Amino acid sequence: MYGAPLTKLWNADPARPGRVCYPPPQMSIGSSPPRRDGLSKLTGRALYADDLRPHRCLYGATVRSARAHARIVSIERDPAFDWTGVTVATAADLPGPNVVTLMTDDQPILADGVVRHAEEPIALVAAPTRERALAAVRAVRVTYEDLPALLDPLEAEGSPVQIFGNDNVFKRIHLVHGEPSRVTGYLIRGRYRTGLQEQLYIEPQSMIAAPRPDGGVTVTGSMQCPYYVDRAVKRMLGHDRVNVVQSVTGGGFGGKEEYPSMLACHAVLLSRLTGLPVKITYRRDEDLRATTKRHPAVIDLSTLVSPQGELLELHARIWMDGGAYHTLSTVVLSRAVLHAGGPYRCPHVNILGTVVATNTPPNGAFRGFGAPQAQWAMERHLDRIARVLGMDPLAVRRANLYREGDVTATGQTLHDPGAFAVLDAAEAAAKAPFRRKTLRPGVTGASMKAGRGVALAWHGCGFTGNGEAKIRGKVGLEVHGNELLVLSSSTDIGQGTETIFPMIVGDTLGIAQDRVTVAQPDTGRVPDSGPTVASRTAMVVGGTCFKAATELRAKLEAKVGPGSFDEQLLRWRNLGLADPTHESTYEVDASVVWDPDTYQGDAYPTFGWSCVIVDLRVDEDTGEVLYDRVVTATDVGRALAPVLTSGQIEGGTLQALGWATAEEVVLGANGAMRNDRLTNYIIPTALDAPEMVTCLVEIPFAGGPFGAKGIGEIPMDAPAAAVAQAIEQAVGIVLDSLPMTPERVLAAMGAR
Amino acid sequence: MITRFVCNGQPVEVETPPMTRLLDVLREELRLTGSKEGCGEGECGACTVRIDGVPVMSCLVPVAQVAGCNVQTIEGLAGALVHPVQAAMLEHGGAQCGICTPGLCMSAAALLEENPHPSVEQVRVALAGNLCRCTGYQKVIEAVSHALVDTGE
Ligand code: FES
Ligand code: FES
Repeated sequence: MYGAPLTKLWNADPARPGRVCYPPPQMSIGSSPPRRDGLSKLTGRALYADDLRPHRCLYGATVRSARAHARIVSIERDPAFDWTGVTVATAADLPGPNVVTLMTDDQPILADGVVRHAEEPIALVAAPTRERALAAVRAVRVTYEDLPALLDPLEAEGSPVQIFGNDNVFKRIHLVHGEPSRVTGYLIRGRYRTGLQEQLYIEPQSMIAAPRPDGGVTVTGSMQCPYYVDRAVKRMLGHDRVNVVQSVTGGGFGGKEEYPSMLACHAVLLSRLTGLPVKITYRRDEDLRATTKRHPAVIDLSTLVSPQGELLELHARIWMDGGAYHTLSTVVLSRAVLHAGGPYRCPHVNILGTVVATNTPPNGAFRGFGAPQAQWAMERHLDRIARVLGMDPLAVRRANLYREGDVTATGQTLHDPGAFAVLDAAEAAAKAPFRRKTLRPGVTGASMKAGRGVALAWHGCGFTGNGEAKIRGKVGLEVHGNELLVLSSSTDIGQGTETIFPMIVGDTLGIAQDRVTVAQPDTGRVPDSGPTVASRTAMVVGGTCFKAATELRAKLEAKVGPGSFDEQLLRWRNLGLADPTHESTYEVDASVVWDPDTYQGDAYPTFGWSCVIVDLRVDEDTGEVLYDRVVTATDVGRALAPVLTSGQIEGGTLQALGWATAEEVVLGANGAMRNDRLTNYIIPTALDAPEMVTCLVEIPFAGGPFGAKGIGEIPMDAPAAAVAQAIEQAVGIVLDSLPMTPERVLAAMGAR
Repeated sequence: MITRFVCNGQPVEVETPPMTRLLDVLREELRLTGSKEGCGEGECGACTVRIDGVPVMSCLVPVAQVAGCNVQTIEGLAGALVHPVQAAMLEHGGAQCGICTPGLCMSAAALLEENPHPSVEQVRVALAGNLCRCTGYQKVIEAVSHALVDTGE
């Protein structure tokens, strides 16, 4: 029956049933309690940033550049406008360095003298109402002296236009592994492209800065990483009387990783100048034009393959467009390079990646973080190999998928790789019949051609190499009477952190999970657990929750001897001791060795694996793709709360289908997004979404809590390539560029 | 201009320019912030409320248009209890970040009142005006398809 939950747990290895260990019934891990914030969200009581309105709150708005690259000649106020009650801020008003603190110091909080991309913030206004603030923005006149603009990333390196350093290269990474092949084979080359994609959280960016009685400031808003914001604001102000609070956040997907730092600096600056609370909420069109997107990429692959389709050599050249400022581009490129070979063994690998600067709005974090782009290319390339050799696309994959003990391009030996397990699970689930979706009114069935596509992916869980050693993320636990409070800066942006942390702590202590709650992230109160990124929250911070609970137990035991947690607590209190607290730091596995200079070693603590099988139909009249069903099988290590786990996978899968066939960012002549509305930047609706069958494969990771791996990003990796293969099967066209919009599908069919 | 209407069963009276959006009146004047603004142009459905039972996007409705009408927002969907749609969404995991959720619930409640046993396709059509970026809709559709079954209605 449709409508029944379609999530399945898949025993990864029937021959070794012990590997999938379901929890005993009294444990909460493996069950799906209703999410903690569910009721408040469902009843409209949950307060998101724009729902908050502090007393005497002003509204802030931003004056943005109309030019791609220009000198600012003047910033003037229109004398005809009534400026009473309106405050204007420019770079001259900043109390400290004009830098958005992140990885490099290249991005100003407000443009000073030069704009390097359209939509760059130049000035800010604050006014008592939103309408007045927007009117004031229009009354600020900026005059420019245009400079030559660099918009094409492939021209960046040798360009006379200098945006970053002397060659516009943010980062170059070269990864070489293994010896060139001694046998000859077929040399197969291809070029693959991916486009920009907008995260499109449904809650636009929003931030409030409010003065504190001690002369400091409290920042409250929609964000993924409170401590990024904390560091950025403290540096701008030059003092530490700052705390940053995450309000209920309406989606992030990476789009609220780094951008909120700039927005917070803006709100704090206006609040400082006016002495009042200031709220800045972006309108959707502004959010689309101004905020970060997924990096577009051009990827050339050239492989030497045996007649049986085995990879002998892989040479890759990756170019990514970082936009005008660095943001996180280096790390995005790194992940692209490390995932470029896909989940496939290859004895000789040579990958050169470059991310460059252009005069376009900066690109940044987006679910998958470079890996989806790289794996799109590799999966399409395997299809090309299949075409050239006359093989079945799946047979080419089977010939190369990683097996136990294989060594990756960084020299990392794989244990328990899940590639075949997810393939088997997906194939088994895809055998079940499904209903073709009814056609939309006006679409006749006559011109619909059906196709099926399969693709696989892997995804490194958590930070690359020794990233965690630098972060040393912390989690605190406090006992309050009968209840426990978890203190962590990990944010729940929809994934369910607030729900799973108590399950981990409760099960570790042997108490009911509903006695444990997660404190609202507030940098004045919670320790830095590291950012909410890189599929690390459940695995790394969840692991630290496990460690904190274990250590708390040990602390009690040392004082009052063995017993259940409640017995120990009672004895502890009988000694007249204050309620116990404990803080733990994530312990980095010392056996993980990584050399960031050679890019050799253990790239990630572990990998997730996924296989996607798409059934779709292509309308030969319109070029439109109609999704019937998508089967995904994902190795999640351990599904802590299966409904939340599969919910992440389903949401990510649809986001990937949007990237595949619907979502196209069109840049105007000034390099900024021209289709800045939801009427022309199209994301999938309930009608567009396929029926989804979500198989959770559990190959436990010893380093994760109860075996869990990170799963936030892997759903983004494989679907687009499966779609391309299905379209190829349906109508015989080969598409190697994303997005595969109806226009492109039609054009390719016309050229058949 | 003064506009009088009934909001969640209570008569209300607001004084605003006549073209003020209903969404702003709800959020700013009445402090009912459960209706969200995702786009402000009728595309995302996060601002969905019901006017005389019909789901509409309140960002497109000038307040003058609801004079004398019955407006229901998410805050009034179930009163003190929980509506079957809300219960099913909780049970099936239909809400993640939750920003689209109030709007989705309003559309779903309207559908189920008209058609207590909708087909999956009917559910998809009814929810097509509500964008959700988190769930892929799978669990939302499961929840709405099961809402009345689960509560034994
Ligand atoms: S805010 Fe009304 S439809 Fe998006
Ligand atoms: S739950 Fe986040 S947009 Fe729907």
